[in-house]
Order: sequence, then C-alpha cells, then structure tokens
Amino acid sequence: MKAQTISATPSKTIARPLLEFDAVERRYGPNGKVIAVAGVTCAIAKGSFVALVGASGSGKSTLLKMVNTLVEPSSGTVLFAGEDVCTQPPAALRRRVGYVFQGIGLFPHLRVSENIAIGPRLAGETLPDERIAELLDLVELDPAMAQRMPDALSGGQRQRVGVARALAGDPELLLMDEPFGALDPITRDALGERVLELHRSLGLTTVMVTHDMAEALLLADRVLVMDKGEIVADETPQSLLAGGGGDVAQGLVAVPREQAERLAAMEDAGAGDAQ
Amino acid sequence: MPAPEMRSEGVWAVNGFWETLFGLGDKLAAHIVLCASAIGLGIVVALPLAVWAARSPMAARLSLGFASLVQTIPALALLALFFPVLLSLRAVFGEDLPTLGFLPSLLALALYALLPILRNAVTAQANLDPGVLEAADGVGMTGWQKLRLVEAPLAAPFIMAGIRTAAVWTIGAATLSTTIGQPSLGDPIFAGLQTQNWILVLAGCFASAGLALVADALLGLIERGLANRSHWQYGAGIAAVLLGLGAALVAQIDPYEDERIVIGSKQFSENLILARLIGKQLREAGFKVEYRDGLGSAVLHGAVASSTVDISVDYTGTVWTNELKRTDNPGREAMYETLVEWERENNGTLVLGRLGFENAYAFAMRRDRARELGVSTLADLAPVASRLTVGGDPEFFERPEWFAVREAYGIDFGEIRNFSPTFMFNALEAREADAISAYSSDGRLSAETYILLEDPKEALPSYDAILMISPALSDNTKALDAIRPLIGAIEVDEMRAANFSVDREDDLKVTPREAARRLEETLGL
Repeated sequence: MKAQTISATPSKTIARPLLEFDAVERRYGPNGKVIAVAGVTCAIAKGSFVALVGASGSGKSTLLKMVNTLVEPSSGTVLFAGEDVCTQPPAALRRRVGYVFQGIGLFPHLRVSENIAIGPRLAGETLPDERIAELLDLVELDPAMAQRMPDALSGGQRQRVGVARALAGDPELLLMDEPFGALDPITRDALGERVLELHRSLGLTTVMVTHDMAEALLLADRVLVMDKGEIVADETPQSLLAGGGGDVAQGLVAVPREQAERLAAMEDAGAGDAQ
Repeated sequence: MPAPEMRSEGVWAVNGFWETLFGLGDKLAAHIVLCASAIGLGIVVALPLAVWAARSPMAARLSLGFASLVQTIPALALLALFFPVLLSLRAVFGEDLPTLGFLPSLLALALYALLPILRNAVTAQANLDPGVLEAADGVGMTGWQKLRLVEAPLAAPFIMAGIRTAAVWTIGAATLSTTIGQPSLGDPIFAGLQTQNWILVLAGCFASAGLALVADALLGLIERGLANRSHWQYGAGIAAVLLGLGAALVAQIDPYEDERIVIGSKQFSENLILARLIGKQLREAGFKVEYRDGLGSAVLHGAVASSTVDISVDYTGTVWTNELKRTDNPGREAMYETLVEWERENNGTLVLGRLGFENAYAFAMRRDRARELGVSTLADLAPVASRLTVGGDPEFFERPEWFAVREAYGIDFGEIRNFSPTFMFNALEAREADAISAYSSDGRLSAETYILLEDPKEALPSYDAILMISPALSDNTKALDAIRPLIGAIEVDEMRAANFSVDREDDLKVTPREAARRLEETLGL
C-alpha cells in the first residue's frame, strides 16, 4: 500500500516531510486568552526521531495531540503525508498513527492480547496470535503474557504492552507522550533503548514528548525545545551539548550535565579518600 | 361458649401462615411480572439518558433533577396520580387506554426505578479513568465504538448495582399498586390491614421481602460476574433471573381470564365481606370469580365504569360527593334516583339496587350518658352541646356533613377533639368524649353500650349501600339474577354483626369469607 503511494507520486513523497506544522495555534478559555501553542511552524522528515522538550505547560503535549487531532488547532494546519489532519476522519487517521500514552491507558477489561489487537479490530481485522506474540517479543515480553489482564502486570510491563499496541497497526508515525514518565529509572532506560532500536529496525518516524532533557539527548536525533507555546530551539543533540540553542535550551541541558559532573566529582573524591 | 368452628377460626389465625403464604402464588407471579417490566422500562429509559448526560452537563442536571424530584413523591401518591394522567391521555389515545391496573403501575414504578439506575450510570461514566478514555480516542475508536467497547463494559458493574437498588425499591413499592387495581403481593397486606388479619399481612410482607432478597442476590451475582469478568457468574445470574421471570409469565397465563367476574372492594371490612358474599352467590350460580381487594374509593368507581372490575358495593353519599360533585342533600330517595340516572348516562354503569342498609355518618353516644342528658336525637343535643366534648377523625370536622349538621341544628360543641378511627370508641368508653362521629354500620355499635342519635332534619346525607355493575356485565342476566336476591336483603344490624365478627380482636375474630358465609346463613339465601 505505502509502496504504491510512493511510486504513484515519487517526487512529491520524497520531497515532502512526513509531518508539517504550519503556523499552528491552540488557544483555550474565554476569548482564547490562554495560549497553549503560539504559532508553531516546523517540518519533520520521514525516519527522524524527534524529541519535544520543555517544562510543564510549555505546550509540547498539546502540539503532539494536534497531530492525531485529539486536540484541534485554533488556527493553522497540521499536514500528515501532505494532507490536513483535520479534514480526515479521526478514526481512520488515528489507525495510521501509533500513540503511546503518558497514562499508559491500557483497557482494564481487556486481556493483553485484546489490548494489542484493538486497533486492527476497529478496522475489522483480526490480529493473528503469531503477530501478537511477535509484537510482545519486540517489546521484550514473554508471549505467554498475552492472556493476562493488565492489572496482573507491573508498570513497566504495561507500558511495553502500550508500545506493542501502538505498533500493532504498522503505523507510519509513532507518537509518544511522556511514555516513560511513570516508570522507575532502570525500566525507563531499558525501554527507551528498546524503542530506539525499534525505531531504527522498523524504519519509523517518531515524535516523543518528554520533560527530561537527558532522555531526549540520548534517544533523539533532533531536539525541539518549547517554551510558552513556542519552539525556542531546534538542534541536534550534538549541537545542544556544544552549547547551541539559546538560554532556555541550555538551561535544560545544564541539569543533567551538572548532575553528571557532580557524580563524577563524588567519584573522584571517593577515589581520593580511598588512597 | 364459642362454637367449634369459631375455635378453628382462631387456630387458623395461628397456624395458617404457611398455608396463606403458599396460597399467594398468583399474586407473586403478578408481582414479579409487574416489577420486571417496570425495571426493564426503567433501564430502557435510564441508559440512553445516562449516555446523553455523560456528554452534556445540562442533560445530566435536568435528568437527575427530574429523577430525584420523582423520588420525593410518595410512591402511593405517584401511583394514584397516574389515574388522572391516563384519564386525560384518553383524549389522545382513545377510550381503550387503561387507567387502572397494570399500565399505571408499570409507569409509576418505572419512574421510581429511574433514579438509582440513572445516578449509578452517570456516576460510573464520570468516574471512568480519563487516561483510558483518551486511549480509546487515541487508538481510533469512533464515539459509538468507545461507548460499546470501553465505556459500557467498564460502567456495567456500577450500572448493575443501580439496577439492583432499583429492583429492591420496586419490589417493595409494587405492593402499593394494589390500591390502583393491580394484583400484587400488596393484596394480602392491604386486605389484612383492613381486617386486622395479621397473618395475611405477615404473609404478604414475607413474600415481598423474600422476593426482594432473591432478586438482590441474583442481581448481585450478575454484578460480581461483570466486575470479575466471570462469564459463568453473570451467565448463571442472568439465567436464574430469566427462569424466574419465565415461570412468573407462564403462571400468569390464565385461559379463563375472560370468563371471570371480577369483584372489587374498598379498604374496609364491610366491603370485603360483601365482596365475598356476592362472589359466593355467583360461584354457586356456576361463575368463576376473582377478587380485587383494597382499592381506593375513586379508583374502584373508575374501575367499574371502565369494566376493569365488574361488581362493587358503593355508597350513595360517596358517589354523590365524589363523582357527581354535589354538596346539596335532596333526600334519600331523590339522591338514589338521580344517581342511578347519572351513572347510566355518564358511565354506562348499572346501579342494580340497594342492599338495604346504610353506612352513613352518624353521631354515637354511650347509652347511659345519653339517658343522663336526655338526648336521643341531634336536635336534643343542641341545647346541651356547649357543655360536651365531641370526638371525630381529623377529616370529619372538615367535611360538608359536619357543616350541614352544625347549621341544621345549631350545634356548638364545647370542645372538639380528634381521634384516629381505631380509638374513637375507646375515647367514648373512657369518657374522653361525650359524642363521636361514627359510621352507622360500624360493627362496634352492635354492642348494647352505644346509641346512634337520630337525624330528624335529614341533615346528614344518606349512604345507602348500592350494587354497582360494570357496563360489560350489565347485560349478563344470569349473573345479575344470581346477585339480585341481595337487594334490600341486608338489615343494618346484620351488617354490623358481620363487621364486628371481622373487626373484633379476640379469639372469635373470623375472616371476611367466613363472615360472608354466616351473613348468607342469617339472610337465608
């Protein structure tokens, strides 16, 4: 299917970014006084892993949700594969876009296998057991877990199921909203690495919202920093570490860097004591 | 010395509980069918409302507000209110729209069942995890898919809890549907209360409470099954509920229903006894008979007019005031004749005739006190009234009968006291009152102790007991011939004796049926 689309309009598809924001705004409240996203223009190429980083209330989650129209823009347009997302039937659009939720959002009354198969089921397809086992394997879970209920899983296992569910429909785009926020640091690290591997091996385009700059720097190939509804920095991890991107971005980079330096200093001091 | 059969009546009162209880099968079946229909209708209305309410705060406020308002109306009043409502709806749906019995009971009880189901469904939806709802949108569910695949299954255990509450309420409240002519487990309760037959009351309450407990347990099983996602648990619950419902429906099928003559009675002993007396005459003539006991006065009158009930005993004064809306008193004969004509023209009801006695408002005094004061008529009472205390039920001193007496004789009592009807004669006995308002056929008057004051000016309207025949039965000459011997046959003393035998509270108390048998014997029918 995708291959056919590409061959039909090769020049356009190759030239065009997969995702484009054009002067996108989102306002809330009476007379639209509260601005969540204030005029974002930006394009995301196919195959990239983009991290949206910012403090709470910077508008990063709202921007992400406008991609699959969980939030609709007040003005401006979001183009997915060249088409305005708002003109597409929401259900059809959301089946093409894998989504990993901050709150995980597994359906508590459905088994793990049914949770994973929900997207295809909505499209009238039945996901074969082998495919469910393969998806569980992708997120490093025992395929025997397919028959469990979500409340019988740990938090980390649940979010792995959440990732498997997002991948079940062979999406072109993977959106992740603070996907590892509720997990313990070890699980978080492991799952982040796994997602990055999947991103590469499956040839995904991934947009991840996070407030953790270290996570963004380690996983993404492009980091967008948001502040007060605007994109204030658009850099590669390397250039951010080299001091680029301006004050807000550098403020965020400074946190993990200082932590790392303090840890290194403690190590040195510890080594000194031992001598 | 009491006769042996009286002893057996006494024994009946102690040992007859289980016998009475197992005799309630048809009432139980009617009760189950009524409650299940009402809860079903409640669910059908409440669930779409709840879905709407979850999407519109205004709808939530309005629907919950309405359901709560309904809940503040006493169940008895709600049931009674549907009679005039349905009567006025006949203008739209035609004269065949039933105004009594199943339909109004169903509607009132369904309204009553609405609140718990609606409230639980709305609360359940409001408390669904927002993360799960967002995920439902995020994976691409349409509104309908979200409702069907996520919201409904997650809310189901809570909705079931609401249905459970509604079921218990409805089963209790449905006993009140007896008063609007719907057979239910309220029949034995109301009949028992009127005749102070506590076994009957107890059996009715026991059956109703038992049914509520069983329904609660089965619905609870379904609720737990839904919560634990245990298919066998809620499957078994649903199967048991359907089985019970099916059995009740089968029991309700009555091949002889059309052939039966339905005799209605009001909520007091005399009417119950007379209903049994009439029924006995009809059965002996080969008819099948069904009793609809404990109906309200206006309800019973309407039931006869609409042929829901075929025969009742009413009273001229009651119909005169309540139905003809007249306040004047043209005298006993003129009142009867006007009424017969009015019933024929307005309702098609046949007034077959008068039974012979009156159950009128009257004033009673202790015989010795009356002699002491030299009083035997209301006219004698006037000059001494200012020194006397009169007792009456709270309603009496607001009634036109009281105003008429006061005006006609210029009676001005020194003190007016209110007593409940049960304690009226105790008040007279204890000299708390010198005179009381009474009913002329009251069984307690047959004791030698009391006299009824005469009413020479005919200020009190007459309350002749009359036989009312529904339009449907009015051309059944065989049935009418069977009950015609009752016309003019019953003296007030005989009625009092029969009433007393049912109302008394000692070992000699008998059932209305037995009292009817004895009355028949006395009358030589």
